[in-house]
Amino acid sequence: MAKIAAKPSAYSTDAAPNTLKDITSYNNFYEFGWDKGDPVKHAHQLTTDPWSVEIGGMVERPGSYGLEDILANVTLEERIYRFRCVEAWSMVIPWVGFELASLLNRAGVQPGAKFVAFETLYRPNEMPGQRAGGIDWPYREGLRLDEAMHPLTIMATGLYGEELPNQNGAPIRLVVPWKYGFKSIKSIVKITLTDREPVTTWKALQPREYGFYANVNPEVDHPRWSQATERRVGAGIFAGREPTLKFNGYEDQVAALYSGMDLRKNY
Amino acid sequence: MQAVASMNGALRRLPPGAVYLLGLLPLAWVVWLVVSGGIGVDPVKAIEHRLGKIGLWFLVGGLTITPLRRFAGINLIRYRRAIGLLAFLYIVLHLTAWIWLDMGLLWGQALADLYKRPYLLFGITALAMLLPLALTSNNASVRRLGRNWRRLHWLVYPAVLLGVVHYLMQMKVISTEGWLWLAAVLALLGVRFRLFGPRS
Repeated sequence: MAKIAAKPSAYSTDAAPNTLKDITSYNNFYEFGWDKGDPVKHAHQLTTDPWSVEIGGMVERPGSYGLEDILANVTLEERIYRFRCVEAWSMVIPWVGFELASLLNRAGVQPGAKFVAFETLYRPNEMPGQRAGGIDWPYREGLRLDEAMHPLTIMATGLYGEELPNQNGAPIRLVVPWKYGFKSIKSIVKITLTDREPVTTWKALQPREYGFYANVNPEVDHPRWSQATERRVGAGIFAGREPTLKFNGYEDQVAALYSGMDLRKNY
Repeated sequence: MQAVASMNGALRRLPPGAVYLLGLLPLAWVVWLVVSGGIGVDPVKAIEHRLGKIGLWFLVGGLTITPLRRFAGINLIRYRRAIGLLAFLYIVLHLTAWIWLDMGLLWGQALADLYKRPYLLFGITALAMLLPLALTSNNASVRRLGRNWRRLHWLVYPAVLLGVVHYLMQMKVISTEGWLWLAAVLALLGVRFRLFGPRS
């Protein structure tokens, strides 16, 4: 198998990664069904080649960026990150990717831009979940510009040294390791720089339960469950729960982004 | 009617003790899935959900016994205790899986979640209603309680209703299967309390 050439990174955790099977058969990707076992069953229907990302809004060089062109201009690294779902389970995942900042810099962020909006592909004939109701497709997410430019924020295109499987958001997805997993939008086709907070799918659906920031925070409970602890998928049936770390353990790197903000209000 | 009679005849040779053993087969199946690795990537949730679902099958199965006799002439009355106790066993195991495997015995957090998630409270209430039924399922209690035994055991109806509501509420989006379970339980309650048809 052709391994993707990816440099190790100082940002990687030394925690042991979950198995490839864990990571590729337990997914929330509602475009392919509500059950965590649905994406692995249905995501093979998705065509990921050719693929391009439309970068627009407040950028100097808007346009359609082909995936191969994007990859030709970045340095791929392996980033082994903790991944914490808002549902209070977690994994450790060895992503391959590049810093989002490098792509945004290539497009040229205009001075007035404050936020970055992302959109997943909308292609109901290949994404059966989009033929069902419940969510206003396409899936949308967003970051504040400083969050997007942070070196921990990556665009992932691989997993375990191989191309990203479809159920994990192929061919290109966001990974923001200090936020709940739903922020890390999959199968991205559109990136828009803007000066106002973009509409994000879960916040639009349930604003009381899901906020724009969605930073992992054991001190701020979800309205329907505690976020103080998490269950590590793959840890064994008697492993119990482990304490959730503030900003998912990336507090030293990212806490400064939120200094002076009330994290209870900006959940 | 011939078929029903021969079925009742065959059932006479099946002692209730055998029903207890048969009723443990689903548990053996779950244990086998765990041991063989076939339970999936998240065994904790799978064990928890499977045990709850099996409990629901037995609870609803128990409710079908009286209507089966009344409308189809099939007599399963002497297995009702076994089915009820098996339902209770699986629901106790379901609760145990939640507090032990899922919550990791973090009692404080479990109690706090109980308050936040009404469906947990519904489930626990259903189990609390089943507890006196299990405790008074022996012959001595039936004799001692007399008419009150029957009154006490009416608790099974609100318990099953709460149980099925608990099952539906934990879904992010209620599935077709969920609605079918609710419809089945409402139909069985309707039959039991003669909500349909002429009152006798």
